[in-house]
Amino acid sequence: MAGSKEIRTKIKSVENTRKITKAMEMVAASKMRKAQERMRHARPYAEKIRNVAAHLSHAHSEYKHPFIVKRDQVANVGLIVVTSDKGLCGGLNTNVLRMAINQMKSWESEKRGVAVTAIGNKGLGFMGRVGANVKSHVISLGDAPHMEKLIGPIKVMLDAYIAGEIDQLHICYTRFINTMKQEPVIEQLLPVTGEQLGSATGYWDYIYEPEAPEVINELMVRYIESLVFHAVAENMASEQSARMVAMKSASDNAKNVIGELKLVYNKARQAAITKEISEIVGGAAAV
Amino acid sequence: MAMTIHLDVVSAEESIFSGLAEFVAAPAAMGEVGIYPHHAPMITKIKPGAVRVKVPNQEEETLIFVSGGLLEVQPGVITVLADTAIRGQDLDEASALEAKRLAEEAMRDKSSEIDYAKAQAELAEAVAQLRAIQKLRKGVH
Repeated sequence: MAGSKEIRTKIKSVENTRKITKAMEMVAASKMRKAQERMRHARPYAEKIRNVAAHLSHAHSEYKHPFIVKRDQVANVGLIVVTSDKGLCGGLNTNVLRMAINQMKSWESEKRGVAVTAIGNKGLGFMGRVGANVKSHVISLGDAPHMEKLIGPIKVMLDAYIAGEIDQLHICYTRFINTMKQEPVIEQLLPVTGEQLGSATGYWDYIYEPEAPEVINELMVRYIESLVFHAVAENMASEQSARMVAMKSASDNAKNVIGELKLVYNKARQAAITKEISEIVGGAAAV
Repeated sequence: MAMTIHLDVVSAEESIFSGLAEFVAAPAAMGEVGIYPHHAPMITKIKPGAVRVKVPNQEEETLIFVSGGLLEVQPGVITVLADTAIRGQDLDEASALEAKRLAEEAMRDKSSEIDYAKAQAELAEAVAQLRAIQKLRKGVH
């Protein structure tokens, strides 16, 4: 029975692989549920801060924040790229990075400089390899996004915007649509556009405490941070569901491979038995 | 029944409190503020501390601890945007500097020119791999 032992070992090894992919699938499924919940929890804050920012931009204040003012000349652009820390999640990171690199290329052809903030290991590695101008980065976010880790890297970009080093800020991440579908998107963060904030309702102004510029500045910074945070939360949910789907298809594949190998093994076994019987019969006839 | 106002306390990571209140006291930047229904529109920074809420039909005041943030008062609704991290000009500055330093360290021996050809080649390879996997899968079924 030549080869039957080899086939048996091969079946064993594919079975082991399948166990691993199956386990990863289940882990990703449970993490995805949590990530989706986290995404939902982050929503009220994002909505509330958007309302406040909308009121603020329509309130009659003599102070206009630089984040709201549109610049005539856009010489340099900032881009925040959100990717996952780990791989094995299908085409998730590839799609985001492809979109980002195409956008960067079109900016470059318009003679605009591009500065990048990389969130996630995969994006950082990629941007580093291709030689992009990485201004700041954050990696190993874990399973839950934390504002604390994001504040610094975002501030680098916001400072660059205020200092005039960049005139626009965009964010590129994977939007979570449902478990089976996620799509990469690029959104403009700065300057904040009117449509993002909704329409005006009446004419009134707040009592500011302490001074208006200070309060508005704090609010705008938080507004941008909450948008980035939301993008990261959404990206994490996308990552987990993409991984779940990828691992599910890997498990299915392994199952098919095992089936085929078993067939080959049984055929080899049967051939060996037939051969043995015919040898015996042949031997008996000769006697 | 006493007059009430809707209060929302939210942080970036979760919603902390949402409901009606008769009176809210918060540690504002310029000193504690007490807010009753029909307060004039106001927006203020708040310091780390406790937000005290008088919930209708409840003897004791509810305490919510926040590590700073913003407070907004509008006719009919009070919103507390709580921070999840301890913030401060110096702290934010420090974390930004740290992020910058890390990025510069990582970038030290890199050329500033973006190698688009390399980037696209790399991505094309990844896409081709994915396609091949999908094709293999289809072949199996």
